[in-house]
Amino acid sequence: MKTNTLAPAPMPTLSHRASRWFARNLIRIYAALAFIYLFIPVAYTFAFSFNDAGKSNLVWKGFTLDNWKNPCGAPEVCSALGNSLKIGLISTILATILGTMIAFALSRYRFKGRSAINLLIFLPMATPEVVLGASLLAMFLNFRTNPGMTTIIIAHVMFCISFVVVTVKARIASLDPRLEQAAMDLYANERETFRYITLPLVMPGIAGAALLSFSLSFDDFIITNFNSGTVATFPKFVYVSAARGIPAQANVIGSSMFFIALFIVVAGQIISRRRKAR
Amino acid sequence: MAFLHATAHASAPAIDNAAKKRSLTPYLLLLPGMVWLIGFFVLPIATLASTSTMTRPEGAAVGTYVQSLRFQNYFDAFNANKDQFFRSFLYAGIATLLALAISYPLAYMIAFKAGKMRSFLLVLVVAPFFTSFLLRTVAWTQILGDEGPVVSFLKALPFFSNDIRLTSTPFAVVSGLTYNFLPFMTLPLYASLERIDPRTLEAAGDLYANGLTTFRRVTVPLSMPGVVAGTLLTFIPAAGDYVNAYLLGNPNTRMIGNVIDSRFFAIVDYPTAAALSFTLMAAILILVTLYIRKSGTDELV
Repeated sequence: MKTNTLAPAPMPTLSHRASRWFARNLIRIYAALAFIYLFIPVAYTFAFSFNDAGKSNLVWKGFTLDNWKNPCGAPEVCSALGNSLKIGLISTILATILGTMIAFALSRYRFKGRSAINLLIFLPMATPEVVLGASLLAMFLNFRTNPGMTTIIIAHVMFCISFVVVTVKARIASLDPRLEQAAMDLYANERETFRYITLPLVMPGIAGAALLSFSLSFDDFIITNFNSGTVATFPKFVYVSAARGIPAQANVIGSSMFFIALFIVVAGQIISRRRKAR
Repeated sequence: MAFLHATAHASAPAIDNAAKKRSLTPYLLLLPGMVWLIGFFVLPIATLASTSTMTRPEGAAVGTYVQSLRFQNYFDAFNANKDQFFRSFLYAGIATLLALAISYPLAYMIAFKAGKMRSFLLVLVVAPFFTSFLLRTVAWTQILGDEGPVVSFLKALPFFSNDIRLTSTPFAVVSGLTYNFLPFMTLPLYASLERIDPRTLEAAGDLYANGLTTFRRVTVPLSMPGVVAGTLLTFIPAAGDYVNAYLLGNPNTRMIGNVIDSRFFAIVDYPTAAALSFTLMAAILILVTLYIRKSGTDELV
């Protein structure tokens, strides 16, 4: 805006224009502020991963790369991370298989008791985590089962299944039925159609469901806390050590997870865009 | 809750008519998953129900309870924790409204004004949640903490007293809840806004509706499924959460989740914890059912 050349009455026009620009872009400004708000804690976590603070990462003491060079410098952090990765991986595989099977059954077959099954899929998502965690623990205690790795995985698979079903079902519903018809017209039998047409088309949905399961499992605290006994997961470690300040290595791991996940999502988008372009 | 998917659920493809004949296949596909859900969701809930009416016999060891069908447990548990119940629903309600106020313009901008940036911005909405939920909450405790930047800034201003605190306040707990469940609000809102045909908005304009009227009479009603899904997906986890109240609050901001947690682990009073969990679940399910009925959307399940 070159309003400064208009010497006689620059101020009203300028403020007028500014306010018009402001009104037109109000929603963009608002969204930008919302994004800043969303990223404040992420930026903070990232910044404090470079803090030369030793064990208690509460106040800024100076810049160092040591935490990044030696992420296992606080050993408990790494063992907790290892547990979380292991639990996440096993739960994701199990939940994705079980959930995908249910999704296919629900979208491709007619059978009795469908609404009961839909309800059973919906309820775990509508139940607060405390209740899920407490009820599982009540049952494990009842059976004299000691909580640990196995009980955590059982719990994680349970709450991930519903999300897998919903995600994969939506993908199946969005398929173009003509593709399968075409395969059948070309003398593919049901199994071949499924193997070469349906499954590859549903695959992005399954991959998305697996990613969702992994992040739900990796980030879960409440249900895990009820059913973990003495096993420490990454979120549990952060919770327990929050009061005295968590080691900067935890920030390193949190920030790395952020960048890895961001990379996977962006790469996935680029790949699917290229496929579409072809 | 098909909140991530803008795709309308098309009616079942015609091709399946052949496959839909009665066979064992669907039952075999359903079996393992259903066994899991029945064994580790239904059965635990039943155990919880049975635990909730147990009592501890005189002189029995800590943590030993026998079934005595004492329904009075529910009244006792509720009466002792009325405040925490009320607080949970109040905080979760405020956090849900705040999240709606933050997310609606954000989702609207991404759906209608972002152009080619759309999918990039959607990734940005979800991206913060790749950093652990606990780490982000701990970050808030330090940002809002007594030595943190926000408090130092407020202290420098003339109209705040020097002993102002942000952490260990209801304000901090509600902000934490609002922040932590934000994508659960934004994504379903975006999904339903994105589904709106821009021509309906143009048509409203052609019929002499101004921007505000179009928004109020066309956009908002069409985005209702997203509003309902988003508010539920925010309210339910927020009402049961205890991490924010623990990390950002003080003993006077304890929510029902904190009580259930401490009844289980610190006090080893399983029946009370079970009765409270059951009351919470029932209260939420009733609220959800009423809410879905009232808003007239069945698309959620």
